[in-house]
Amino acid sequence: MERKTKVDAESGKQEIVITREFDLPLELLFKAYVEPDIVAQWMGTKVLKLENWKHGSYQFETSDPKGNVVFRANGTIPEFIPNQKITRTFEMENTPFAVQLEFLEFEKLTDHSSKLTMQIIYKSVELRDQMLKLPFAQGLNMAHNRLQEVVNKLK
Amino acid sequence: MNLRRDVFQAIADPTRRAILILVASQSMTAGAIASNFETARPTVSKHLQILTECELLQQQQNGREVYYQINAKKMKEVSDFIEPFRNMWDDRFNKLEVIMKNYKPEF
Repeated sequence: MERKTKVDAESGKQEIVITREFDLPLELLFKAYVEPDIVAQWMGTKVLKLENWKHGSYQFETSDPKGNVVFRANGTIPEFIPNQKITRTFEMENTPFAVQLEFLEFEKLTDHSSKLTMQIIYKSVELRDQMLKLPFAQGLNMAHNRLQEVVNKLK
Repeated sequence: MNLRRDVFQAIADPTRRAILILVASQSMTAGAIASNFETARPTVSKHLQILTECELLQQQQNGREVYYQINAKKMKEVSDFIEPFRNMWDDRFNKLEVIMKNYKPEF
C-alpha cells in the first residue's frame, strides 16, 4: 500500500513533522478536526470538550473495554483559523511528559484533495525521542502481553 | 531495550552524528576521522567507542590499521523506531479519510 503519511524526525531536533495528503476537499478535512463526534471516531477517544476558537480548550479521554480511564489529554488553542490553521498545546494528564506545542496547517491541493502538515515541538530532544518511541514500546508491550496470554493458555 | 536506548543516545550527540555522516561514504581510520574535528583526539576515540559499542559502527582490521565503517543493518533499525509511530498516525488518518468520504451533512 502507498505510504501517504510521512514522518520527519531529524535526529537531535526537538520537533517532529507529520505530513499527509487526503483525497478530501479542504473543508471536509478541516471538519474532521472540529466536529467532536467525528474527532472521536478517527482518534478512537472520547471528546469531553472541544472549543474551536481562539483561546479555547479541549479535553480527550480514552477508556479500556472495562470502562477504566487509561488516557486523558488536554490542551488550549491559541490560534484557530477555519480551513487554514489550528495551533494547540497537548498535554497527557498524570504523566511526567511536558506539554507539547502543535501547529496544524491545512492546505487545499485541488478541489478534491488537501494536505495536512502537523509540526509538533517538544521541551527537549530527549522527550521528542521518547515520544517517538512510545508506539514502538507499546507495540513491544502488546506483543509481550499476547505472548503471555498464549503461555498462560498452555499452562 | 537497554541497547536500543543506547543507540538513540548515541545518535543524539552532534559529534557522533557527524562521525556517522563522515564514515557513511567510506571507511576511515580513527586518525582520519579525528582530523575532521577540532575536538581532542581522545574525545573522538570515546565517541568511536560508543558508536562501536552500540553497533552503529564496525571495526575492520586492515594490516596494522583499524578502519571504521557504518553498520547499515543497525542504522536501518534506528529508522525502524519511527515506523510504529508513523503507522499509528497513518491508521488514524486512513480512518479519518474513510469517515469523511462517507460524510453526509445534516440538514
